Amino acid sequence: MKAKITVMPKKTVLDPQGKTVQHALESLGFKGVKEVRIGKFIEVELTGSNKAALKKKIDEACHKLLSNPVIEDYEFKIQ
Amino acid sequence: MKCGVIQFPGSNCDQDAYHVLANVLGQPTRYIWHKDATLGGVDCVVVPGGFSYGDYLRTGAIARFSPAMKAVAAHAQAGGLVIGICNGFQILCEAHLLPGALIRNKGLKFICDWVQLRVETDDSPFTNACRSGQILRLPIAHGEGCYFAEPAVLAQLHHENRVLLRYVKNPNGSVGDIAGICNANRNVFGLMPHPERASEKILGSEDGRLIFESLLQAVVTSR
Repeated sequence: MKAKITVMPKKTVLDPQGKTVQHALESLGFKGVKEVRIGKFIEVELTGSNKAALKKKIDEACHKLLSNPVIEDYEFKIQ
Repeated sequence: MKCGVIQFPGSNCDQDAYHVLANVLGQPTRYIWHKDATLGGVDCVVVPGGFSYGDYLRTGAIARFSPAMKAVAAHAQAGGLVIGICNGFQILCEAHLLPGALIRNKGLKFICDWVQLRVETDDSPFTNACRSGQILRLPIAHGEGCYFAEPAVLAQLHHENRVLLRYVKNPNGSVGDIAGICNANRNVFGLMPHPERASEKILGSEDGRLIFESLLQAVVTSR
């Protein structure tokens, strides 16, 4: 099994990287870019097949280490 | 005052902090390796600047779980003094010993410069040798120094007089120009500027020594 985790800066947190990339896209001529936000994508390979148990474990890992709940939100899929 | 300076893989201001405490202030000082689970009975512990664990994942995110940081948390809980400088401030926030977080500078650039800081209050073990309103000149050197906290947390910091240092001219986008805060018990302090790099005249400023002299004064008067 593999956990695919997305960590994004919270809406209330400044994302200067996203802003800079947004401006770069605009200056390259890409029209209609409303907003760019940049986060992280993390893959974790897991042993075991009990999806509910793995989900609980990954949720704890995200909360404790993989994201900082003060500034980031996360979501994940287990496949 | 017995002092300890934590060393993580990637710390690079540990020796500067040690030098100021041991040689400039003349206090008994020791290094504490990140794998040590005890602090050896120090009065004050420094969590120094640098790039602990390569800044992987987030600044301070990995260091926070080291055995030494568990000991620092216990020391703080028992009322012991803790000062986190730069990466140390980031680690203390990740460890929830201080509220909020340090994120990427607003201008995305690593800033290495001298800044002016206003001492917001002398009512703390870290600023008691300063005057409230005094301007200190200290260097900064960080890429992730933009302090962030939710409005409710900021209101609480303000209400409890826990912002100890503010930038005169905000270099990195920090909310409320915040450069350094303390916890509710006023025994844990985190700041982005480097007082240990400005504690001797030859280095261009001696203002940083006031922070360490405050600590010394706090420990001596508490005896």
